[in-house]
Amino acid sequence: MNRSLPIIIVAIVAVVAIGSGVVLYRAKSQPVLTAPKEASSPAGKAAEPIQSRGPAGAPVTLEEFGDFQCPPCGRFSEPINEMARAYKEKLRIVFREMPLPMHQHARLAAEAAEAAGLQNKFWQMHDLIYREQAQWSTATDAHVIFNSYAGVLGLDLTRFNKDMSGPQVQERLAVDAARAKELGVTNTPTIFVNGTQVAGTSLNPGGVRAAIDAALNQKPQK
Amino acid sequence: MARKKQNQTSDATPTSRGKVIFYTVAALLALAGLAEAIYLTVQALTGETLLCGGSPDCFKVLGSSYARIGPMPLASLGALAYFSVFTFAVFSAFGYARTQTFFRITVWLMFATTLWLLFVQAFLLHAFCRYCLFSAALIFLLTGLVVATPGQSRTS
Repeated sequence: MNRSLPIIIVAIVAVVAIGSGVVLYRAKSQPVLTAPKEASSPAGKAAEPIQSRGPAGAPVTLEEFGDFQCPPCGRFSEPINEMARAYKEKLRIVFREMPLPMHQHARLAAEAAEAAGLQNKFWQMHDLIYREQAQWSTATDAHVIFNSYAGVLGLDLTRFNKDMSGPQVQERLAVDAARAKELGVTNTPTIFVNGTQVAGTSLNPGGVRAAIDAALNQKPQK
Repeated sequence: MARKKQNQTSDATPTSRGKVIFYTVAALLALAGLAEAIYLTVQALTGETLLCGGSPDCFKVLGSSYARIGPMPLASLGALAYFSVFTFAVFSAFGYARTQTFFRITVWLMFATTLWLLFVQAFLLHAFCRYCLFSAALIFLLTGLVVATPGQSRTS
């Protein structure tokens, strides 16, 4: 018994280790979501994107749910811009606001971006906010910083400040929140390519590019 | 095969109480490290490393290229190393002389890897991840045990 005891102990630990790893993996693996193209829910108009760039008829649509204060989203910002430049008219990019409650200034940042959008400067503000994420994320008064960004972008500051808390911006955030709820999105960044979610394991610039390439290579269905 | 088995069992010699305690403590430390390494491996495989609980420093480290070797998360190698240390410690506690040498070699290799990873965090990434620091602490403790009890393998 004494001779086989260490083997038994090691075998038990090996089984428990592998088993717990598999259980944890299954628990954490999110099912791959599929976005319906047609609006089918009460939040139907949420399917119509508010912030998009690239031709509406592009063969591939990348839909991102992002939080301006989430570091991984910030890290994705420039690679997605590079994809926009690389794929040109083949790619349409849609950005959905998903400010997470755990991030102190995320909602304010989303409001600033949407308010800039009302003056046709959404993407410029989007890029600026992500680029300067480390600065305003730890600021006590992020509003002042977003105001300075609006100034840099040459926005009408009076209108910008009014719009940030105005009904139009709040409605835009509500529409994106409804879209997230409709699709079951809970984390950021979450990216869909032609309606299919990019799995967590491929959630890196290379993985997203591969998903775009795969969508482009798909034969059109007759 | 039967001969090999006979050789293995002949390695087992009676162990002192001190050694049993030493290897039991080492095995428990390795178990803690194994649990953490499995958690980090699963996080890396499911893509949750990118989220990292909202911690920018943690994300910076675990999301970096240093946290992977090709497609494999570094944490999976850590899990393998901790499991090896656990196995060697258990067999050593039961008096197997050869595994005591393997135990020491593995701990020293892990110590060297830890020093490299701490260097990467401090000087290349300028960020520390709490999971990595916990693992480093465990390996320092294991190394401390090995250093504090010289000649373990020779005295058996």
